[in-house]
Amino acid sequence: MTYIAKPKFHHPGLPKNDLGFTHRDYEGKISTLCAGCGHDSITASIIEACFELSIEPHRVAKISGIGCSSKTPDYFLGNSHGFNSVHGRMPSVLTGANLANRDLIYLGVSGDGDSASIGFGQFAHSIRRGVNMTYIVENNGVYGLTKGQFSATADRGSKSKKGVTNTDNAIDLVAIALQLGASFVARGFSGDKTQLVPLIAAAIQHKGAAFIDVISPCIAFNNHAGSTKSFDYVREHNDAVNRLDVITGRDPISVDYAPGTVQVVEQHDGSRIALRKIDADYDAHDRVGAMTFLQKHAAKGQIVTGLLYVDPESDDLHSHLDTVETPLNTLEAKDLCPGTTALDRINASLR
Amino acid sequence: MPVQSPISSVNDFVVRFANVNGSGSASANEMFARSILRHGVPVSPRNIFPSNIQGLPTWYEVRVTEDGHLGARGGVDMMVAMNPQTWDKDLASIEPGGYLFYDSTKPMPASKFRADITVIGVPLTAITNSTYTDPRQRQLFKNIIYLGALCALLDMDPKLVEQLIGEQYKGKEKLLSSNVHALHLGRDWALQNLKCPIGLRIKKADKVGDRIFIEGNNAAALGAVYGGATVCAWYPITPSSSLADAFTSHCKKLRHDPETGKAKYAIVQGEDELASIGIVIGASWNGARAFTATSGPGISLMTEFIGLSYFAEIPAVIMNVQRAGPSTGMPTRTQQCDIIACAYASHGDTKHVLLLPEDPAEAFEFAAQAFDLAERLQTTIFVMLDLDIGMNHRLCRPLKWDDARQYDRGKVMTAEMLDDGRDFGRYLDVDGDGIPYRTYPGTHPTKGSYFTRGTSRDRYARYSEEGSVYADNMQRLVRKFETAQDMVPRPLQANAAKPTKYGVIYFGSTAPAMDEAIGLLEANGHQLDRLRIRAFPFHSSVASFIADHDFVYVVEQNRDSQLRSLIVNENGIDPVRLVPILHYDGTPITARFIAGAIGDHQDQLKLTPLRKVKS
Repeated sequence: MTYIAKPKFHHPGLPKNDLGFTHRDYEGKISTLCAGCGHDSITASIIEACFELSIEPHRVAKISGIGCSSKTPDYFLGNSHGFNSVHGRMPSVLTGANLANRDLIYLGVSGDGDSASIGFGQFAHSIRRGVNMTYIVENNGVYGLTKGQFSATADRGSKSKKGVTNTDNAIDLVAIALQLGASFVARGFSGDKTQLVPLIAAAIQHKGAAFIDVISPCIAFNNHAGSTKSFDYVREHNDAVNRLDVITGRDPISVDYAPGTVQVVEQHDGSRIALRKIDADYDAHDRVGAMTFLQKHAAKGQIVTGLLYVDPESDDLHSHLDTVETPLNTLEAKDLCPGTTALDRINASLR
Repeated sequence: MPVQSPISSVNDFVVRFANVNGSGSASANEMFARSILRHGVPVSPRNIFPSNIQGLPTWYEVRVTEDGHLGARGGVDMMVAMNPQTWDKDLASIEPGGYLFYDSTKPMPASKFRADITVIGVPLTAITNSTYTDPRQRQLFKNIIYLGALCALLDMDPKLVEQLIGEQYKGKEKLLSSNVHALHLGRDWALQNLKCPIGLRIKKADKVGDRIFIEGNNAAALGAVYGGATVCAWYPITPSSSLADAFTSHCKKLRHDPETGKAKYAIVQGEDELASIGIVIGASWNGARAFTATSGPGISLMTEFIGLSYFAEIPAVIMNVQRAGPSTGMPTRTQQCDIIACAYASHGDTKHVLLLPEDPAEAFEFAAQAFDLAERLQTTIFVMLDLDIGMNHRLCRPLKWDDARQYDRGKVMTAEMLDDGRDFGRYLDVDGDGIPYRTYPGTHPTKGSYFTRGTSRDRYARYSEEGSVYADNMQRLVRKFETAQDMVPRPLQANAAKPTKYGVIYFGSTAPAMDEAIGLLEANGHQLDRLRIRAFPFHSSVASFIADHDFVYVVEQNRDSQLRSLIVNENGIDPVRLVPILHYDGTPITARFIAGAIGDHQDQLKLTPLRKVKS
């Protein structure tokens, strides 16, 4: 959280996207997180993804809960409305916002303390409802703001900075999201922007509940020997299931991917995800397979990253509720109020 | 023969049905009340039910009241005793000279009755068993058979009951004819075997007029429809669930796009109360009119978000249908016990607007108005119903709407206003009324965006922990609350026939009992001016009213005189001048109780000289 605005000037030669925006147009205020924090890398990836997709910054609503991760929406898309709500309750606020105006892009940013503890229920229910959103958990396995307590995603046997061993089992939010029916599930690593940026871009393009768990080491309290969320540990144990490129529907490009190594996934809104397979056996359309794959690798102490599951035909909460295409927040009295004639009929039926 | 003369009364008595929950009696009992209405005679029914599905005692009381008293009266003139489990209690509640109606298939010994009442036995089980073979039919039609017997005993027009049955089972001919048959089974048996009619009688009148018969929850739900609510998020809790159900039902009928058939509303049953209010706040932040319906325990869970709504200044509407607390309390019993909890909900210094409707008509009006107020004031508005209003049918004036009425969307800065160079500070008090402008997300590419947060910030929504900045903001919130004073419904005052030094303050569902109590008090020589409070913050006329009287009674349905505390706290009034009159056993307050309690105090004033005793 900061009140320090970044200077407006920038190099005239900065590359521009289709809308004529530069990276600077997608930035926010200066971060007050610790230098080297993984969360700042995620912020940079969000900025990059939005730039590449040529999103109008003000058409994004960025919503968070409480904690280090939840501060980050202040640091990107400065021309967007942000909402730093209450601890663990980002999903319900985002759900309400989405119901009010289906035309905006909803970016929910949360942390492992926020989503895996007090907000575990709200995380689960927003996923199962299929709210059209990109839900990013910046997962460092530790409570940074209160100086180093374990969070619910800390692995059993991992050690805190004070040397305490965690005896509780970890909650794997990716596994839960798969089980709950998320139509886009991925895991990234803050230290791997090459993988993370396309994942975020694809999630934004996806219609329905898109969930990305991003391992994001806390350099102040969880980047030591014994931590399973440290930079070194994740680099050593990362097993990337795939690499993505995102090709938007409005800007088709021809690529020279060799046949058999790229799988193009067409999404509901017309955008396509080009999936470059690392593991020849991996099928990102198989929910059960993804769950098994995840468990197998977890048992070996490996952290699987990449796009684990996507349903290209998914729908969202508005589809389930069959709401009008017009955003509900633009409906006026003439659209909503049944008027005196209807009320007279109701009165007559109550006698 | 009873020693006491049987009660003789036309169109003015109380009938109570004692049943077992789940026996299907509710429909027959409600039909009894509606039938009397069709005679042109006002009724005031109350459902007294347990917090379970099946097997525990339930009562349905119908006050027949040609004078139109809509509060509970207290006492029972005729008990329809269909529940052996509560026999002793039911018998004891009958007024001397009253009537006991029971199933005499197995006649009871005289020792099981009181000598001062008239006992009417109808072999309901025998009649149903000889007519029906299906056990469920036997149970359901037994209720219609006793309705038929009551028609004969009370001299009701069977055609009016038949008409109601016809309306209820329209298009279901088999059910219609079998119900009418059961009605006549009971009526014919009574006419042939009993002395009909008894002393209690229904006589056709013209006292109902154009009034409607509706529950407060249903009326409030309609108010939300008319008030333009498009998002409803709720979690089931007694006694508010029927409000959300009614909103759903009305939206299905009234809120679909005629061309596409798509819904112009979104209703989500949240996973809990926390999510429900979170959805409301998210939707309101984004410019939709949103509300939730809940009760006391739900308010407890929502308080964190309510604090956010207050401090971050986000509109929200909460329909709170109060029940007896604390904790789980008595979930199906009525109270007015969330006044303090709602007025000051959440941690830190907060104050919230409360609207206090007296009946379904006001529940409709206040529910619709709540959305205007929420957006105008950018804060949470509580519509404070209670179980007695919410879940019972009431006679009230027809619901009214002005087609010329436009929604007050409050101070919203548009893209055009921003382009015109208007200075936008999210928490800037440009008009001096404490109410800032807001923008909806997505309004403008480069102007008007801001960060909403529960942490302290300056007038331009920039995070700040400066003490002076924080204090400035808190003072503006006080200013906004003062502005609200002139926007909320004003208290209504009615003066006694003669000048008096005494007044009474009351609110909400107490109103009908108070109206009747005033008459009882006047008959005993007690004159009182009345002030019905309809909202918090209190209008200045509340303090004036108290100042104009030596003593003011504050009548409310809770243990700790919560409204009185709020008046004392907000107006700096000497508590001694406000005399609490408190009713909190979970049953609706009655005119008899109010008149008795105030009368006793008044009598004491006469006995005790108001002068200092020499030491």
